[in-house]
Amino acid sequence: MAYTEEELKKELETKEYEYGFYTDIESDTFPVGLNQDIVRAISNRKGEPAWMTKWRLEAFEKFQQMEEPDWANVKYKKPDLQSIAYYSAPKAQVKYDSLDEVDPELLKTFEKLGISLEEQKKLAGVAVDIVMDSVSVASTFKDTLAEKGIIFCSISEAIKEHPELVKKYIGSVIPRTDNYYAALNSAVFSDGSFCYIPKGVRCPMELSTYFRINQAGTGQFERTLVIADEGSYVSYLEGCTAPARDENQLHAAVVELIALDDAEIKYSTVQNWFPGDKYGVGGVFNFVTKRGICHERSKISWTQVETGSAVTWKYPSCILKGNDSIGEFYSIAVTNNHQQADTGTKMIHLGKRTKSTIISKGISAGQSHNSYRGLVKVGANAKNARNFSQCDSLLMGNACGAHTFPYIEAKSKSAKIEHEATTSKIGEDQIFYCNQRGIDTEKAIALIVNGFSKDVLNKLPMEFAVEAQKLLEISLEGSVG
Amino acid sequence: MDLKETLLSSYLAFDAQYGPQHKLQDQRAAAIEVFEQQGFPTKKEEDWKYTPLRNLIKTNYTVFPKEEVSLKLDEVKEYILQDVDTYKIVFVDGIYNAYLSETTHVGVDVCLLSAALTKPKYAATIKKYFNQIAAKDASLTALNTAFTKEGAYIHVPEGKLVEKPVQIIHFTTDKNPSLLLQPRNLIVVEKNAEIQIVERHQSLTTNESFTNVVTEIFNEQNAQLDYYKIQNDQTTASLIDSTYISQRKHSHAKVHTFSFGGKLTRNNLNFYHKDPEINSTMKGITLIEGSQFVDHHTLVHHAQPNSESHQDYKGIFAEKSTGVFNGKIIVEKKAQKTNAFQQNNNILMDDKASINTKPQLEIFADDVKCSHGCTIGQLDEDALFYMQTRGIPTKEARGLLTYAFANNVLQSVKIDSVKKRINKLIAEKLGVNIGFDV
Repeated sequence: MAYTEEELKKELETKEYEYGFYTDIESDTFPVGLNQDIVRAISNRKGEPAWMTKWRLEAFEKFQQMEEPDWANVKYKKPDLQSIAYYSAPKAQVKYDSLDEVDPELLKTFEKLGISLEEQKKLAGVAVDIVMDSVSVASTFKDTLAEKGIIFCSISEAIKEHPELVKKYIGSVIPRTDNYYAALNSAVFSDGSFCYIPKGVRCPMELSTYFRINQAGTGQFERTLVIADEGSYVSYLEGCTAPARDENQLHAAVVELIALDDAEIKYSTVQNWFPGDKYGVGGVFNFVTKRGICHERSKISWTQVETGSAVTWKYPSCILKGNDSIGEFYSIAVTNNHQQADTGTKMIHLGKRTKSTIISKGISAGQSHNSYRGLVKVGANAKNARNFSQCDSLLMGNACGAHTFPYIEAKSKSAKIEHEATTSKIGEDQIFYCNQRGIDTEKAIALIVNGFSKDVLNKLPMEFAVEAQKLLEISLEGSVG
Repeated sequence: MDLKETLLSSYLAFDAQYGPQHKLQDQRAAAIEVFEQQGFPTKKEEDWKYTPLRNLIKTNYTVFPKEEVSLKLDEVKEYILQDVDTYKIVFVDGIYNAYLSETTHVGVDVCLLSAALTKPKYAATIKKYFNQIAAKDASLTALNTAFTKEGAYIHVPEGKLVEKPVQIIHFTTDKNPSLLLQPRNLIVVEKNAEIQIVERHQSLTTNESFTNVVTEIFNEQNAQLDYYKIQNDQTTASLIDSTYISQRKHSHAKVHTFSFGGKLTRNNLNFYHKDPEINSTMKGITLIEGSQFVDHHTLVHHAQPNSESHQDYKGIFAEKSTGVFNGKIIVEKKAQKTNAFQQNNNILMDDKASINTKPQLEIFADDVKCSHGCTIGQLDEDALFYMQTRGIPTKEARGLLTYAFANNVLQSVKIDSVKKRINKLIAEKLGVNIGFDV
């Protein structure tokens, strides 16, 4: 039977955000509002040492003097920070010894998300840290990792148990005053993941964090700190979902990566926060600051698949401080309906012979807007620095927009910088060819989009690549025609 | 008193002189208000992020020349294209110089804006075109509008092919120090008409000078415009050039900008498409040294379907010079089947030189082909070595390679005399004695 565009349209309109369920877990939520007392209360609740409380309060003070930036190419109603609850945790804060003791409701949630802890444990060999609303609920494989000296735990735990590491590195890449949302995060972050790979250790498995906003009226402010000591290697995955709600929820995370000499960090994200419905109502505001610093001969590689969120504002960056260090950024950003994404990267070349690669693929459909905003900066001392950037945009339908804002600043004569960008649409002949071969239009588009994004998809770890491909298909449903 | 205040009070004197009865009075008053509100752009504004005007506006410029200066042809001969017959509109310290000029009203109007503003026979054209495409909210353009008095007025009637190129030349002398020149040009090319224009700003002194020029160009249906800007000025002369081009169906506008010198040069080149099937071309070579500064800001606004735009800017930056390139292409929802290409290549010759570039695309239509490419690098060491093994000295080899790098832009120059002039200037700048003539 011929599958008409009408039918497809209907199906798509009714298609819902797959992860838009809400789990009824009793949770302990702070009253709404933001003030010094809340900051203190969060710190108190987490049982943090005095230096951390002070650190937060200083950040809060700085935050109060800052203004919300509006240079990004996105339009949204600024969230009212006083109407958000800054702390929400699933109740029953007992430490579980085995998964059997975990609240079955919670386990069901994870099953729905496709992350059955049990299964993960057995099959995938991925160590997972799960952050639900504000609190880290489970870290798996802790013992296996501990044998190698790897620390992988929630950041609250790290603050208590490894204060020397946290104290040394937190805020070292992204200072508290970096920007409005980073300052806010520094003041009110409730949890997040912490990871330390000791000298010369190659982390035997992928480390993974899963974030979920569950409660209504809450914001999620997680903080991730990954430290790869000299000569070590780690691959880190991050995933996120939220229930479908008609209010805008705020997610303002900070991720700091530190790659010491000869270390390598691979950080992959599949971001699938609730994007809002087809009328642009609801959805998550995703204002994230991510940055890594590379010491001598080290390498940081960011890979991201951005399909969710109503508004995304995110620039994972690399400071290439050490000589011969390498920064990479691979990104696919898909926007549909009324989504808006302003994303890209900054590559700051400071060391000699530093190299960076930027591959960004933007796909816009519906009435969405997708912007690439990037900076490649080569300092005067960065002799023989090398950069290659490519940003391609694919437009589906004529109600959407694709924008590129690449900034390139070179101060070294031996720098070699290349930048290229293209914008195009899916060719009718390409679709016709597929149709001819018996592939329906929607499948054909999925196929072509997959091909368009292949450079980036290839960089994802196995576990994520499959999910990412599926996500691409889902996000673009309804954009045919 | 800072420059802004000086200008605001100068405006009162200017306004009194050109009277409340003047027909541009309303537009002027509106414009000075915009300038009063915005002042000079600062680095906080995105469009001026890399272009500091702070040093430039420290000097307290005056808008009123003290005396009328006459120049002998011999003094300025080298700045005027001589080996080709041309119309000339020459200004010295902002005042029209009849002796050096050659204007006409036969078949085409090549004359002064001041004349066009006062004579009734031009009233209709002025009303239809003056200040219609220039940005009303850009403070420097508004400043120029407020002080509109003199400039070139060119009106090419329907179907007319102007056989001689037109030269618009502005000289600054040492008789009127610290002069702020604000020439205003209005160029209307009617249906099926064609014209070539060469514009040059030249300072004959080492005094500080500052020119804030605004040019409005209207390319009607099927009109052809070929415009060359030669910027090779003293290191004390600063230029802010804002050119606004409005294009109608099937018209083609080409602008070549050669920026070889000046203290601070800023080119705002804007193309606005009013109809489908339009072609716009902008090309440029920047070749500077010392602590000179050149900034190219281009905008192509594709508002209608089936149009094309081509951009190709080459930059060579030696010593402590700084370059800025910001190319913006906007493709509106309606502008399907647009082809827009942008290319910006740069060479940094020395470690103190720097370049900031931002090729920007804003696209709202899906069936388009848009691309931009941007590179920063240096001359190929292997090619240099190869030439040296063939007995070509380093300096000459470098010169040849640099020339080859910029040559793409020169190929589309249609006036031989301009091409020769540019070739000579490039050879001079590179300090080599090679005939680049084709």
